[in-house]
Amino acid sequence: MFRFILSRLLQAIPVLLVVITATFFLVRAAPGGPFSAEKAVPPEIIKALEARYHLDQPMWQQYFGYLNDLVHGEFGPSFRYPGRTVNELIAGGLPITAELALYAMLVAIIIGVCAGVFAALKPNTPQDYIPMSAAMLGICMPSFLMGPLLVLVFGIWFEWVPVSGWGDLPGDKILPAITLGSGYAAFLARLSRGGMLEVMSQDYIRTARAKGLPEWVVVLKHGLRGGLIPVIAFLGPAFAGLLSGSFVVETIFQIPGLGRFYVQAAFNRDYTMILGTTVFFATLIVLFNLLSDIIAVWINPKLRHQLREGS
Amino acid sequence: MFKAKQPEPVLTDPLVQAVKGTSLWQDAWIRLRKNTFALCGLGVILFLCIIALLTPFIAPYGYEQQNLLLGAAPPSAEHWLGTDIFGRDMLTRIMYGSRVSLMVGFIATGVALLIGVLWGTIAGYAGGRVDAVMMRLVDILYALPFMIFIVLLMVVFGRNILLLFLAIGAVEWLTMARIVRGQVLSLRRQEFVEAAVSLGLSRWTIIRRHLIPNTLGPVIVYTTLTIPSVMLLEAFLSFLGLGIQPPQSSWGLLISYGVETMEEYPWLLLFPGLTLSITLFALNFLGDGLRDALDPRASKN
Amino acid sequence: MPLLEVDNLTTHFHTREGVVKAVDGISFSVDRGETLAIVGESGSGKSVACYSLLKLIPQPPGKIVAGRALFEGRDLLQTDNKTLQQIRGNDIAIIFQDPMTCLNPYLTVGEQLIEPLIYHRNISRKEATQRAIEILGEVGIVEPEKRINSYPHEFSGGMRQRVMIGMALIAEPKLLICDEPTTALDVTIQAQILGLVKALQLKRNIAVIFISHDLAVVAGVADKVAVMKDGLIVEQGPVDDIFYNTQHDYTKKLLASIPEGAKPETSNPDASNIENTPLLAINGLKTHFHDYSGGWLKRNQKVIKAVDDVSLKIQQGEILGLVGESGSGKSTLGRSILQLVPVTSGSVIFDGTDLTSLSPAQMKPMRRRMQMIFQDPYASLNPRMTVFDTLAEPLLYHGLATRKTVTEQVLALMDDVGLARSAIRKYPHEFSGGQRQRIAVGRAVSTKPELVIADEPVSALDVTIQAQILDLILTLIDKHNLTMLFISHDLSVVRYIADRIAVMHHGKLVETGSTESLFAAPQHEYTKKLLAAIPVADPARERERQAALIEPIINS
Repeated sequence: MFRFILSRLLQAIPVLLVVITATFFLVRAAPGGPFSAEKAVPPEIIKALEARYHLDQPMWQQYFGYLNDLVHGEFGPSFRYPGRTVNELIAGGLPITAELALYAMLVAIIIGVCAGVFAALKPNTPQDYIPMSAAMLGICMPSFLMGPLLVLVFGIWFEWVPVSGWGDLPGDKILPAITLGSGYAAFLARLSRGGMLEVMSQDYIRTARAKGLPEWVVVLKHGLRGGLIPVIAFLGPAFAGLLSGSFVVETIFQIPGLGRFYVQAAFNRDYTMILGTTVFFATLIVLFNLLSDIIAVWINPKLRHQLREGS
Repeated sequence: MFKAKQPEPVLTDPLVQAVKGTSLWQDAWIRLRKNTFALCGLGVILFLCIIALLTPFIAPYGYEQQNLLLGAAPPSAEHWLGTDIFGRDMLTRIMYGSRVSLMVGFIATGVALLIGVLWGTIAGYAGGRVDAVMMRLVDILYALPFMIFIVLLMVVFGRNILLLFLAIGAVEWLTMARIVRGQVLSLRRQEFVEAAVSLGLSRWTIIRRHLIPNTLGPVIVYTTLTIPSVMLLEAFLSFLGLGIQPPQSSWGLLISYGVETMEEYPWLLLFPGLTLSITLFALNFLGDGLRDALDPRASKN
Repeated sequence: MPLLEVDNLTTHFHTREGVVKAVDGISFSVDRGETLAIVGESGSGKSVACYSLLKLIPQPPGKIVAGRALFEGRDLLQTDNKTLQQIRGNDIAIIFQDPMTCLNPYLTVGEQLIEPLIYHRNISRKEATQRAIEILGEVGIVEPEKRINSYPHEFSGGMRQRVMIGMALIAEPKLLICDEPTTALDVTIQAQILGLVKALQLKRNIAVIFISHDLAVVAGVADKVAVMKDGLIVEQGPVDDIFYNTQHDYTKKLLASIPEGAKPETSNPDASNIENTPLLAINGLKTHFHDYSGGWLKRNQKVIKAVDDVSLKIQQGEILGLVGESGSGKSTLGRSILQLVPVTSGSVIFDGTDLTSLSPAQMKPMRRRMQMIFQDPYASLNPRMTVFDTLAEPLLYHGLATRKTVTEQVLALMDDVGLARSAIRKYPHEFSGGQRQRIAVGRAVSTKPELVIADEPVSALDVTIQAQILDLILTLIDKHNLTMLFISHDLSVVRYIADRIAVMHHGKLVETGSTESLFAAPQHEYTKKLLAAIPVADPARERERQAALIEPIINS
């Protein structure tokens, strides 16, 4: 088990290195520096600024310097917010984004899996069509459309919930969580329906029925485990999607999370901030992919020996 | 030397009144025709494509034609879908937007299709270590946070529509490559490919006559499902202000403008949003319908 | 009153093409301690009939339209789902055909074994587990207390079927339904499993319904036999009557289809011929595979020796049968000869040329001279090509036909293999399994080859179709003067068709000999075991053999 995780972690290192390198040079290759937007800054100040951010050093030196900082957990100072480090900015936004992502994930898994399993029990009946049509709606209604519409209806017309903010007013977390989670709920619903349909047509389900087990045991004990394998495999990519989805949701609802920082940093050409958040996001995503991999292997007895052998 | 696909039937024998067989494609088409949703989807897509092609000739107003006196007006007889705050006709703007959105959808998917099919076929047919290395690369690319990269790319290199095609295509080819490789791998193990080898057919003949025709089904299905996700990605970027640059317009951009003024002028959000959703619906229904129609398990019975 | 009395059972399936009368009003009964065998070909409705009793058919599209099934006086077809649940697994248990797919891969066998007890007997997990260990021992699993925590994929096919039997019997049912319990298994394993079922039945005095397509398998285990065709029982009665005093034509046809005895001595090669150089000579052939499942970078890859140092000669005009159980490497040997898989070492000399030394370009003209017939007629035809395309391809590619003559030649080929000329534009999925195999045979003989390798060409077919295809192959061998390597797991099929037989076991050739001498006096232990395991369609002989197998189990 330990060796398996360790070897997967080792495999993640080249991936992260690719991410860091690509981002680093991409950002450096951009036309126009972070200070070129400012009008009429005296050359000596620019020079002083460049010295402070090591921009006067050769590229490779900057690169290895940055790698060295990363190893020590330092993302460097922000270009845009003088006096603040990227670490501080990330630390400020992370709890909010993490909370949002968690709620959205819960919305997605609970609604999605329940709807999918429910639909798969009676395929091609209203019990199937209604949740699946709703899922189709969720997939075809992107978050940047769903969010404003929810705000318009529930925030502005009905005035049931606040239209923006995070943790300031009661209930202001409801709409962002639903907006972010609904698309993934829809996707998970389709995945779990497909998985369950596949499993419920297997021979071993007939065996379970022939043993005289109550239907709920057949579904929950014999069906669910195999049926949810595609769902679990999707959780890693879903998490990546949730993070990028948080850009939009945090913008719509004016939530001071990481996603909003990222978009702002992108507009401001805040090099260190872009670099820092990209590396941070990439690490998170790689770790979550790893986690969903491990769960997928652990849940499948045919693969479980990999955990022991550490391949 | 080998082009006898459908030879002229020189069947003089009166006994031979050959019964015309139905190919799997015809079977699939028959099944698809029974699927109302998928047919509607196909209809909507065709309709949209025609509109997008003809927009410069049939648009009711000029693209940049402003009517500042009118301002943002709700739908009326002159402006079916209302006007925006500059008094520009929304119908015209949505029609022009459809050109960009559909173009992104088709071209980026085309890029993905080209790279993915080639990569997957080569990996699957070569097998062994070549396959292992090629697919390992795909695995690594899969682990990259591409959405974040695309945002970065658009920021760094400016909002360039060509770059957008490439960037989106570069993300979507991965899945295509996996699907095609899986298909080719399983086909290679099929006995009819072995039979072709033992008949002494050349490699190229086997690929052309036996492998490619049998991978088309899943590829077509996945293509239909890639187009909506690509369009969504473009709309997403445009919404964030990172996609298409004004004065060009796309549905994502229109929606993002609509959001700003949705309280006062909700139709500016509703109509572009509705158009995007209907298009996505149509493509998804068509894709699902094709998947069911081409499912080999369904065709056995 | 019998334990189960079924009267006018009728089950329909509603499909797109209309109503299919899968079971069309059948009646039968079975008593305690008695075995009823239901025999029929695929699609005859034998399984649907039994699943209908417990409402295990998918509904819809299935629908039990009429009938009565009295089990201990209760009509199963009228009971509510709750009662039926209590009967399933408790009073009536089922053993399914394919042990590979019928056990839940995500749960340990112990967990699956105790379920019937937990839900029907209301006893503690601990007691149930104890009972499960006992029954695992009883069905012949060694170290049951350890194996109970294993997952299904850690067992072989035969062992899994033993687990299935244990699971069916753990709640002490009164009726056991066995749906082709040995069809997916090798012949030696089949004999063991049949003996086990019979022994456990005698021990517990339970009723058994035994579903099979194979009359020979049924001969030894059944007391009564019902023969089904197209949803109807065409004939039923005591087992001896069915075999020795057959009434219905269809039953006669079934019995006649069982390949029996050696083939008539017609095309026996002359003694002088043996002195000649053989058409095909294999020397020290090895084909090894590397198992990359542990990761291709690893050094400790497992090497699978599929073919391990095999030497063999086939004379011109000879039919050599190659026999072995699954995994013995017989298919790989066939493919190695045709260079369809890379050979590790050794030589394959065909008409004086060593095929292993040829480049792909040099191989091409040789390929015309040697062809293959594959096992699965559903996989061996390109689904997107018509019969014409499939048969014309080799003719045109090897320049054996011009575009002008090709249609005529394809039609002639279709006549040869017994396909209607009007089907020339049809696609494979529009044909039945037997017809598809005719297309495949047609493709193999289209290039006028000298050597044909037939890899289990009839194992995927029903027994009556099997006989037709075998006869077709024999006719074509005579007509085109073919030499054939006939690969099969089925000894009676090989006996019917081959002049000489080679037996393979674990990648090695253990014995070769003329068909007659090999059957009369097998030399190798494995061959003896293999021969002893073949069921024959003769109830008296089968019962005798069964008794020998059952004795030790009952006494244990």
